[in-house]
Amino acid sequence: MTKQMHLAAHFPGVNSTTVWADPRSRSQIDFASFEQLARTAERGKFDFFFLAEGLRLREHNGLIHDLDVVGRPESLTVLNALAAVTDRLGLAATVNATFNEPYELARRLATLDHLSEGRAAWNVVTSSDAFTGENFRRGGYLDRSDRYTRAAEFVATARELWDSWTPDGTSRPFAHSGQHFQVSGEFTVPRSPQGHPVVIQAGDSGEGREFAASAADVIFTRHGTLEAGRIFYADVKARLAKYGRQPDDLKIMPGVTVVIGDTDAEAQQNAAEIRRLQVSPQNAILALEQVWGRDLSSYDPDGPLPDIDPDPGSRLSQGRAGLADPLVRAAEWRALSAAKGLSIRQTVIETTTRQSFIGSPQTVAAELETFVSTGAADGFILVPHLTPGGLDPFVDRVVPLLQERGAFRSEYAGSTLRSHLGLAEPVWKG
Amino acid sequence: MSATRPLHLAAEIGGPPRYDAASHTALARLAEQGALDFVTLNDSFARPGPDALAVLARVAPATTRIGLVPTVTTTHTEPFHVSSAVATLDWVSGGRAGWHADVSTTEAEARLFGRRGAAPADALWQEAGEAADVASRLWDSWEDDAEIRDVSTGRFIDRDKLHYVDFEGSTFSVRGPAIVPRPPQGRPVTVIDGTSGPARKAAARYADVVYVRATSPEQASALRDDVRGLAAAHGRDPDTLRVLVALTVDLGDAETAPEPGLESGPQLAGRGTYFRGGPVDLAELVTQWHRGGAVDGFHLTPLAPERDLERIVNGTVALLQHRSLFRTFHPGGTLREHLGLTRPANRYALARTSGGTA
Repeated sequence: MTKQMHLAAHFPGVNSTTVWADPRSRSQIDFASFEQLARTAERGKFDFFFLAEGLRLREHNGLIHDLDVVGRPESLTVLNALAAVTDRLGLAATVNATFNEPYELARRLATLDHLSEGRAAWNVVTSSDAFTGENFRRGGYLDRSDRYTRAAEFVATARELWDSWTPDGTSRPFAHSGQHFQVSGEFTVPRSPQGHPVVIQAGDSGEGREFAASAADVIFTRHGTLEAGRIFYADVKARLAKYGRQPDDLKIMPGVTVVIGDTDAEAQQNAAEIRRLQVSPQNAILALEQVWGRDLSSYDPDGPLPDIDPDPGSRLSQGRAGLADPLVRAAEWRALSAAKGLSIRQTVIETTTRQSFIGSPQTVAAELETFVSTGAADGFILVPHLTPGGLDPFVDRVVPLLQERGAFRSEYAGSTLRSHLGLAEPVWKG
Repeated sequence: MSATRPLHLAAEIGGPPRYDAASHTALARLAEQGALDFVTLNDSFARPGPDALAVLARVAPATTRIGLVPTVTTTHTEPFHVSSAVATLDWVSGGRAGWHADVSTTEAEARLFGRRGAAPADALWQEAGEAADVASRLWDSWEDDAEIRDVSTGRFIDRDKLHYVDFEGSTFSVRGPAIVPRPPQGRPVTVIDGTSGPARKAAARYADVVYVRATSPEQASALRDDVRGLAAAHGRDPDTLRVLVALTVDLGDAETAPEPGLESGPQLAGRGTYFRGGPVDLAELVTQWHRGGAVDGFHLTPLAPERDLERIVNGTVALLQHRSLFRTFHPGGTLREHLGLTRPANRYALARTSGGTA
């Protein structure tokens, strides 16, 4: 039997993947946009719908970044509303473990699980920067190594709270005393339909993988190529045994982008056009500044790369993940630009991430299936570039092919997200 | 003037804890049929129950007009998250959100978080007021027309229309701007129960809707004057406040004859005022108190929501509508419109265009 893949949809985010300048692009904040994308995902029988989180607006050179989508609603509140307009679709919220407390967040997640009748998931992320902390009581800086110990203890504490009511509905007191949290009392919410909401972990670092192997149900990874995917997949699955877990207990789902055309050639043209829209002239200069760490606003995006070298100690950009060694990156860009005669904008288009799957519906379906059948992924989190229609081509044209191949469900078999993902109900630890 | 002041009615839909969507949705729809201004859902970390803001977000797409006001506490929560969640409730409900700001006073609640001990009410209400203040500033931190989608310059927003709030409170600070763009109402409605002294001070300064508890129209009128006076002392226009009498109602078995004492007003019971009688008697009380200009309206907490809310809507409200004392439908779409409150101007936009500072 063909191995079943899992599919999820990511609401288009606040980065240059999302093309807001397209005339078909609609509001990034109106509930109607969320509803339409979620309904499309449910029409496609997706496992879950995924929302990211914002805690501080990105800055560049001391100014609020204005070239990509800015702003978004708060995830859990949107997902509770989406529970009213969907029936089966899993609802995944990204919520930071650094700037929340276990009692309140465990309660909010258990509430979503109740109100959606067993469809809640939590994507655990951590943050360490004082920049984000300026919006919170906690403030300040959390040492990088403490991020994951706090997150791991946070998840463990949340699960103790979710286990604090007996399955037959009796509340019992809890007490947790650890390095990061000393809490006790009674939880206000009975055990929820899934027992524990699904836990997703996003992050590819060694600590992140270990944390996922010990505690997560799903990994959201960036390893989108077949080779990198296989290596990552084997590495993570091998870590499970020492926690007494089976390979199927943790689903590996890379975030991917898909571009479809009637033919492979047309899809390639579509992909090139989308890349051109994603890398506007202004975004090309911004990408250059993020590598160089310098103000390069006077450069022509259609002209050559700068002669000056990057400033490796720059803190020009705030509120986004750091890049690899800028001197190495700059050398690569210069070599590419020289070899192919590329302008700044063309170089950025060439070097920054292109779409993961490009082709006719048949080609894309076959490639996705190859990823799953050869141990590079258990499924995919699709990141559309358009709100709210960006998922339609995939759902209308690729999903039916996957279903014909027996690689993806034609109907939901169960009602909970755990049932979609093939995850066992957690054993109650009373 | 006072005789023609519009009557505002709100109802609590909480009761014995329920964790499903259907029961809450049914009650909110019932209140919506009665054209009430808003429903509330109480919340506390101290006793069983779901997260109230989540429940009302779940109710939002299943309703179209009724205002949605969850209790949100400020003692053990993050003011930035609170402002984001309330703003998002306003987005998903199309401008029908409010929040009832409350505090967590007990040591038991403090132990659930393990971050700080219990504190006196004065300090907690100062902090709650600051949380309301910073929420209001964060809701203004995006001007309404900040999103420009200007293809020629590649800019999604005009960042000159986004503002740092740089708020320094007694127990927290927030840099801003908000993550959530300015919500449909500009600022969702802030509700505070002004029964206790420290809470009334915060209410007069920061709330749009204030609850008071009174056993006679005279007492209600005096409390209303007090709140309005305090508001004026903070430089507010008192007419931007709505003072509602909070009343627990038991419409159980009494058909027409009220318990002795109705003529002098409802009887005090526990923390609040308690009314026991029939739906018609409740309509009489509302009529008398409102006609005298003592109050802007009532916040009713049914003793048994499934039973009593039905009687309030189909009995009390129907009679008030028949007497032309209460609206028969919602002419407006937002909670502010129901309450007769204007959409607030943005303080930062005013400051920017007048060249001053906020």
